[in-house]
Amino acid sequence: MRVIVPLQGVVQGRGGLVLGSIIPCALFYFLQFYLKRNRDDPDDKNESNSTGQNPTTRSPSSEHLTELPGLTRSLSRALLSPRNSGPVSISARVSGIVKGGDSPYYMGLKRVKEDPYDELDNPNGVIQLGLAENKLSLDLVKDWLAENAREAILGNGKELSISGIAPYQPFDGLMEFKVVTSRCLVRIELLGDSDWTSNNKISLGARGCLRVAIDHGQWFMVSDNNAMAVAGFMSQVMENAVSFNPSQIVLTAGATPAIEILSFCLADTGNAFLVPTPYYPGFDRDVKWRTGVEIIHVPCRSADNFHLSIAALDRSFNQAKKRGLKVRGVIISNPSNPVGNLLNRETLYSLLDFAREKNIHIISNEILAGSTHGNEEFVSMAEIVDQEDTDRKRVHIVYGLSKDLSLPGFRVGVIYTFNEDVLAAARKLSRFSATSAPTQRLLISMLSDTKFVRTFITTNWERLQRMYVQLVAGLEKMGIKSIKSSGGFYCWADMSGFISSYSEKGEVELWDKLLNIGKVNVTPGSCCHCIEPGWFRFCFATLTEKDIPVVMERIQKVLKPVN
Amino acid sequence: MAIEIEQPRVGLSKVAVSKTHGEDSPYFAGWKAYDENPYHETSNQSGVIQMGLAENQVSFDLLEKYLEEHSEASSWGKGTPGFRENALFQDYHGLKSFRQAMASFMEQIRGGRAKFDPDRIVLTAGATAANELLTFILADPGDALLIPTPYYPGFDRDLRWRTGVNIVPIHCDSSNNFQITPEAMEAAYQSAESMNLKVRGILITNPSNPLGATIQRSALEQILDFAVNKNIHLVSDEIYSGSTFSSSEFISIAEILETRGYKDAERVHIVYSLSKDLGLPGFRVGTIYSYNDQVVTTARRMSSFTLISSQTQHLLACMLSNKEFSENYIKTNRERLSKRYDMIIKGLKKAGIECLKGNAGLFCWMNLSPLLEKPTRESELALWKVILNEVKLNISPGSSCHCSEPGWFRVCFANMSEQTLEIALERIHKFMEQRKRN
Repeated sequence: MRVIVPLQGVVQGRGGLVLGSIIPCALFYFLQFYLKRNRDDPDDKNESNSTGQNPTTRSPSSEHLTELPGLTRSLSRALLSPRNSGPVSISARVSGIVKGGDSPYYMGLKRVKEDPYDELDNPNGVIQLGLAENKLSLDLVKDWLAENAREAILGNGKELSISGIAPYQPFDGLMEFKVVTSRCLVRIELLGDSDWTSNNKISLGARGCLRVAIDHGQWFMVSDNNAMAVAGFMSQVMENAVSFNPSQIVLTAGATPAIEILSFCLADTGNAFLVPTPYYPGFDRDVKWRTGVEIIHVPCRSADNFHLSIAALDRSFNQAKKRGLKVRGVIISNPSNPVGNLLNRETLYSLLDFAREKNIHIISNEILAGSTHGNEEFVSMAEIVDQEDTDRKRVHIVYGLSKDLSLPGFRVGVIYTFNEDVLAAARKLSRFSATSAPTQRLLISMLSDTKFVRTFITTNWERLQRMYVQLVAGLEKMGIKSIKSSGGFYCWADMSGFISSYSEKGEVELWDKLLNIGKVNVTPGSCCHCIEPGWFRFCFATLTEKDIPVVMERIQKVLKPVN
Repeated sequence: MAIEIEQPRVGLSKVAVSKTHGEDSPYFAGWKAYDENPYHETSNQSGVIQMGLAENQVSFDLLEKYLEEHSEASSWGKGTPGFRENALFQDYHGLKSFRQAMASFMEQIRGGRAKFDPDRIVLTAGATAANELLTFILADPGDALLIPTPYYPGFDRDLRWRTGVNIVPIHCDSSNNFQITPEAMEAAYQSAESMNLKVRGILITNPSNPLGATIQRSALEQILDFAVNKNIHLVSDEIYSGSTFSSSEFISIAEILETRGYKDAERVHIVYSLSKDLGLPGFRVGTIYSYNDQVVTTARRMSSFTLISSQTQHLLACMLSNKEFSENYIKTNRERLSKRYDMIIKGLKKAGIECLKGNAGLFCWMNLSPLLEKPTRESELALWKVILNEVKLNISPGSSCHCSEPGWFRVCFANMSEQTLEIALERIHKFMEQRKRN
């Protein structure tokens, strides 16, 4: 930490360190350029252009070259501009991508694919803890489909017949599907905030957490054991009701294009978004790659349990301004990935104040809203703006069915916005990333089955909670502490006590040992641009309970405490 | 009453506010008119008949029959890869079985005259996405693609909007049936150069939209030679390849490459989709087939923004790998489209209207230039408005396709029943009669 922070200050141009740092940086940079010119290989991993699929763009601490985006981009064009002789070239904006994909994040996924663990068939294979996927409750979806799929897709009347789903649909999604999706959003938030398992009491403190369905008034979720308590709850909630309006939804082929479309709509090439670190490695691709938009890291620290600090946002905003970078918005993830934090109400209000003051947008990635597993209250940005009528136009929510319903293959993402202009533009842009009609039809049926959805969400919740507790306990026994998390499929663990040097290098060395000796794939914090080395993300929702002791054993084998 | 202080509007990007989506053009305006007053066989017989939408509804029954008889396509069965694997499958390589089925389907369409390697197939959610993706990959902002006119109006949006790339037209005219000539290509290239635009590729649609005709072998050879000469890319959008009226008349760029031993192949990329040939635009299935490894790898990674639902991939893999179904479908679809084409040509001829000789597609290219007051774009649009508002037919004016000769219109015939087509032809007949009298 001591080593990293001053460098960061240098890079961000603080005070009198500017001259002392820029000149050597520039010299070093031009030396690189000179060397590059005289080599055949035009590809340079240091260029910010190449970070599309290559999240090795390190936090400023390690490679300050990435903080000079303007220079980098134009030079890459010069290097790669096609000459009339030689092979036909591809565009400069993507040519770096071709060599990318060798960050630990992707390498780990590849290793698992090549040598996947199986209790019986491949007990020495690599166990996957690097993919934020949820396999715990797929059996429920499968069972529903076994009984209902055919009818759901083909229909027994003309409504759902093939001729109904084959022709051009509105690109932004069938209205029926949007209605159902918005109800699903509602259901999820309804259940996500209080303990609905029959064994536990409902935490009545989760005020304002219950959401009510849209348009046609109310919609109730009733738990058999707690009917009375819920009724009381509901009347309380009516005053704080939030509605999701289906005509404000744009459907996209997954949350990946949803983020990219918002990036295209809210920022011009060369502008920037503030994103708290550590963040989901995919943002580097989704926000930046084809848009030419920048991400400015806003570091969160373990001292704050990696919670977002408005002061840090403000600092980053001002530094960007000094560098001539125009900030267009903030992107938050709630629940967050990789930490698993929920943003509390107060923070969300402060964030909205901040956005208002700077006149910028907020993108709230709530894709894990239905995958909370603690007792903490989940508050959607939608609830905040519902009470602040004037500020809606700057808030945009991203959602999807990949996480909460475990259906990443079906490609269903949602942009929910209060801004009519963004809605209009996003609708038109969704033609490039539209959700498949038979999938929409299938899901309309599934999500309208209220009994199924209720069962799914409560069961999923229980299973996530169980796995989370076991994993955290297992790690703790080995002296590995995690940040208390309430959402997502992972825990964020501190292994800094076990790395050989307190640096990214040390962290990657440990990752490598865990992967190749321990045969366990986890995600090192540097992939997520964490400013403190030694943190790792462990995903638990691709495991079974039997796997946990195996995982612990393998990790123990690898660990050799530094002190 | 509180004084309302106007808050500074939070701004949007240039992309968001740009008009490059082109939805204010007549092409889309006609759709709006149709939406407001759509024809219906029983409930709205005086409504607007939609003849501006290139959709294929003539062979639905074949798809329905297949799905009725093959429940395994819509479900996942008990074995692996079962539902679980499918639901979690978001690998941008795409289902191997589906890629194999697509490769084999594309081969069948070309009568086995070209081979396709499933590992060179990149899947996208529709050809719209495929074309945009290729543009991102082959050209930088400010560069140019050369496209023969008349062309599909959607290209203005798909190839330019987010990519920042320009389109420079290669002008074709009726003097030689709108064929692409080396002179026209060279003129377009020079025109781009004079505007300081770097040309990165030429994009052809074969069979052509809106002409409804295949490109001849000699022209394809010349186009490939031109691309080699200028060291640029060649994108061949073959989305209507399965909609040619006879299987022998369509020549794919893949065949040209085959006869040349795949020399110069690394600059060629083919776009395909199931939206037209199979009539499944709602399924969102498109592909890029590239002979260039770098492009394949890059396109694959970029397809993360536009993946095809794994459920859809599974369904179509089952359907398309069923040789009996696919062979019968291709053959029957061709016959039915051919029949429709004959019907509309005869009907138009009876009304005194000539069309370009076509042999493919879901539309015909109609010549109404004798009806124009003046050979200008304004006259054409005036005529278009009359046809839309009085004859109540939505057809696409040539100017929205950037045709340099005014008076041509694209008329779709496959997105309606035969009865509706008869009614449309009657209306045209009446309209022409009236004009003769006046």
